Order: sequence, then structure tokens, then C-alpha cells
Amino acid sequence: MKKVIVPIGPYHPLFEEPEYFALYCDGERVVDVEWIAGYNHRGIEKISESKHWDQITFLVERICGICSTSHPIAYCNAVEDLAKVEIPERAKYIRCIIGELERIHSHLLWVGLAGHFLGYNTVFMWAWKYREPILDIMEMITGNRNHYAMMKIGGVRRDIDDAYIPIIRKILEDLKPKLNMLTNAVLDDPVLAARLKGVGVLTDKDIKEFGALGPVARASGLDIDVRRDSPHAAYDLVEWKVITQNEGDVFARAVVRLLECFESMKIIEQCLDNLKGKKGEISIDVRNIPPGEGIGHYEAPRGECFHYVRSDGTGSPLRHKIRAPSFNNIPTFKASCIGETISDVTIILAGVDPCYCCTERAIVAYDVNTQKKILDGSDFIRLSQEKTRKIEKEIGVAPSRWEEKNWERDN
Amino acid sequence: MVLSLRKKALKKSLFVFHLSTGSCNNCDIEILDCLTPRFDIERFGITLAGSVKHADVLLVTGIGTLKNIERVKKLYQQMPKPGFVVAIGSCACTGGMFRDGYTMAGPLDKIIPVDVYIPGCPPKPEAMIAGIVKLLNSIK
Repeated sequence: MKKVIVPIGPYHPLFEEPEYFALYCDGERVVDVEWIAGYNHRGIEKISESKHWDQITFLVERICGICSTSHPIAYCNAVEDLAKVEIPERAKYIRCIIGELERIHSHLLWVGLAGHFLGYNTVFMWAWKYREPILDIMEMITGNRNHYAMMKIGGVRRDIDDAYIPIIRKILEDLKPKLNMLTNAVLDDPVLAARLKGVGVLTDKDIKEFGALGPVARASGLDIDVRRDSPHAAYDLVEWKVITQNEGDVFARAVVRLLECFESMKIIEQCLDNLKGKKGEISIDVRNIPPGEGIGHYEAPRGECFHYVRSDGTGSPLRHKIRAPSFNNIPTFKASCIGETISDVTIILAGVDPCYCCTERAIVAYDVNTQKKILDGSDFIRLSQEKTRKIEKEIGVAPSRWEEKNWERDN
Repeated sequence: MVLSLRKKALKKSLFVFHLSTGSCNNCDIEILDCLTPRFDIERFGITLAGSVKHADVLLVTGIGTLKNIERVKKLYQQMPKPGFVVAIGSCACTGGMFRDGYTMAGPLDKIIPVDVYIPGCPPKPEAMIAGIVKLLNSIK
């Protein structure tokens, strides 16, 4: 039997674990997947051991640009666990607001990229347009669009002024109907349903065996969420619910992510209620970190992010261990990709949300025997988009004129 | 003569190729952001190319890790000349907070020649557009 190896990567701007995938294909079907990591390894854990406790919050922020507040929250939780300090209530609410705003922008980013991979550039443009107001809020209250630098051991660095609260509310109010429209447009679309339903299915047994986390696990019916199961910040002080789906396919993952945006908005609104008109400390002084060890979690947009620190009583940690959620989620490709066609693999790999923004230029397929190039990155996206067009024809839905024009220009 | 003609032709429509060499993904997201409705640099004829062989400008983010430098050099060689290299973000410009890391092989100008530096962590889309405009104005 002649098998073809399809290498994907190595360029993936994922946080510490960029990866290289080799898909072993028999005709159109994928029969095995291999994974090599380490291209983006920046030695963050080692650098962290040479920095002061307070400097590390900025360092861990740079692990990932998209979940850039999840790592600092998890790290601060770990150090606060070690130093046995309780942060002020106002700081808890502010942490929640920043974390949830980030979740909305991260999920919207995913929806946009998934749309792009399927040949729905309209969804890409919509989702990224609706993401901008969230970044505006971030810029207003933290001073930067990404990398907010809000977290600090013992609280937060900046207060949210009362004057900003109505503006934040207004932006979120304006965003809600648009998000609603986007959710309905994505979920009711017959073509997207045909492309995504039953694709890349992970059963709850798979999830447990691979230890998958976050929206991937919740889409397979596993009711896990660190925000509820191990409450920190203000998550036990506000009303919200964990979204789960039972199908375990890519469609279910999209549903979980889109519905989570609305839950996040609910959390933000309640937190803003609790901040308005009240005064209080936003941080406490943590001067000395005692010897010992501490752990901290945070439910990042992609799943549970875990930090472990050990101290010997000096100014910097003796050991700092970080486990990001994609580290657990990526190996699930072993279960979800096998048996699927090459044109579906793009969206299955993207379904786990491993920060997929630069794949297109990095995928190249070689024939095993001749080493001749047969497919490259743009071909993969083209294959995926062609399948969408085919399904559109089958169920008799005409693509919009703009999509058609784009399609003609690109091909 | 031919080279300068080609350079003049470049000014009309820049094709950019974006390459991450061990970044935190944030500069990459902001580059994509430039293409979306709020900033929409396609208005000015600037668009992302799918392959480096079609590109006029290489946008490089990240610190340049040891495992990546060979690939960066290869991609630079494959880029048609005249071409320009833009270092985006503090990591690509100086190494930033990763300069002491054991996998650090950059900053970028140690690996390949750089024409424009856009500092910031991450630089705002406006800053990136301003950087590209400065690059365009410098082409003679």
C-alpha cells in the first residue's frame, strides 16, 4: 500500500508548544498522525527562575498573546497560594472582568479563523470586526490592546474607574445583538452544519484518555470548568453556568464557544454592578514570599492553564512549571483525525484552537517515494473551501456575491 | 537600472509574507487584524501572500529561536529581490525579555538584514501601517 506523508508545520505561533504534524494518508483518508514540538521553545520556565517574583507576571503574559491574562492569573493564584494571602474583593471582580473580556475576544477570533478555513470569509470578517470593540475596552481600561499587565501578586495594578463603567456597558450592549446575529448565522447555516456535524468526533472516553480540557472537553459532554470546580477570583460570587454539548464534533465545539461568549457577558455585567459606586483596595502588599510550594489554575479560553511554583524564600522562584491547555488538547488529533479526509483535517486541527493563524504558508505535502511536492498550505485551505462550495451546490444554497468574487480572485 | 524600476513598481502594491520565529502570537494576530474591516490595508493594495516566493516584504515576528534560524535564512533566500524585511515587535527588534534565554539566536538583524523596525509589544495596527508607509516612502 502506498502511503503519503503530509507534513504540517513546523511554523505555528502557538504559545510554548508550536508543533509539526505529519499526516500519514492512504488516498484521501488519514491513517496516522505524528507530532513533533519545540520550534517555538523560548525557555520561559528557565528565564523565570532568574527573575524577581513581580517581574514574572510580565514574562508569563508573553507565553501566549491570545490568552495573555490567563497565565498571569494562574501564576498569581499559585504565588498567592504559596504566600497564603487573600486578595481584596474589588481586585477579584477586576480579575474576572479582564479574564472574561479576553475569553470573548479569543472565542470570536477562533470563530473567524474557522470560517476562513471553511471558505466563509464573511464569517472571518464579521467575527474580527466584532472583536475590535472588546479590544477598545481593553485599551481604555488597561492601556494596551493586548498584553494588559493588569495582574500583580496580591491584586491588580489598575482600578476600573466609575466613569468607564457606563462606556463598557454601552459597548457590550451594542455588541450583544451583533453577536446574537453571528451565532444564529453560524448555527442555522445548512452548509456549515453539513461541513461540521459529525466531523472530528471525540467521545468522552477519548477526552478522558487524552486528558483534553476546556471547550473541547465540554463539547463532548464532560462538565468540567476550573472557574466553577475550583473557584478563585469572583467566579463563586456571580451567577453563570457551564455550557456543555454532547456531540463531540467540531460543530459542538463551535456551539460551546459561541454560547460561552454570552455567559462571559453575563459575568462581566454582574462584576460591573459590584464595582460601581464602591471604593476599596485593589491590591495588598506581598513583601516576602516564604519557602514552600504553590499551585494555581485558571480556565483559559482553551482550557485549564496550570502553574506550579516552588520558593526557597529568596527573591525568585526555585522552580516554575507551566502547563498550558493546548499541550493536552493537541494529542487528541490522534483520535479525531484518523479516518477523516484531508479536506476535513484543516478544520479538525483548527477545532481544538491551537492558535492556527499561520498554518497556510507552512503546510506542504510530499510524496513518500518521489519526495515531490504535491500540495502546499494554500492547497489545503483550497481543498477545504472547495468542499464547502460542493456542499453548497448539493443543497442548493448560493454563496454570496462577495464570497464568489473572493473565490474567483483567489483561484 | 532594472532593479530601481522594479523598486518603483513595488510602491504600487506590496505583497507581504508573514513569518513567526518564536513569538507569542500577538504580533501575528495584530498583523491579521490589519486586514480586517477596521483597518483594511487591502485598500492600499497591501495583501498577505500565501508563499514567500510571491512576496515583496517579509514581516518577521518573534525572537528567532535556535531551531528556527535555518528556516528563516532559507525563506529569506527564496524571497524575490528586491525585497524588504520588517522586524515587528520588541522580540524581533531587540529580543525583549527573552534576550537571556538559552534558545535565543536573534534578534532578527543577527540572522538576516532588516530594513524597518517596528517596536512595541505588540505594536498597534496603526503603528504597523505607519511603518509600512515609511518603508514605501524610503523606496527610491
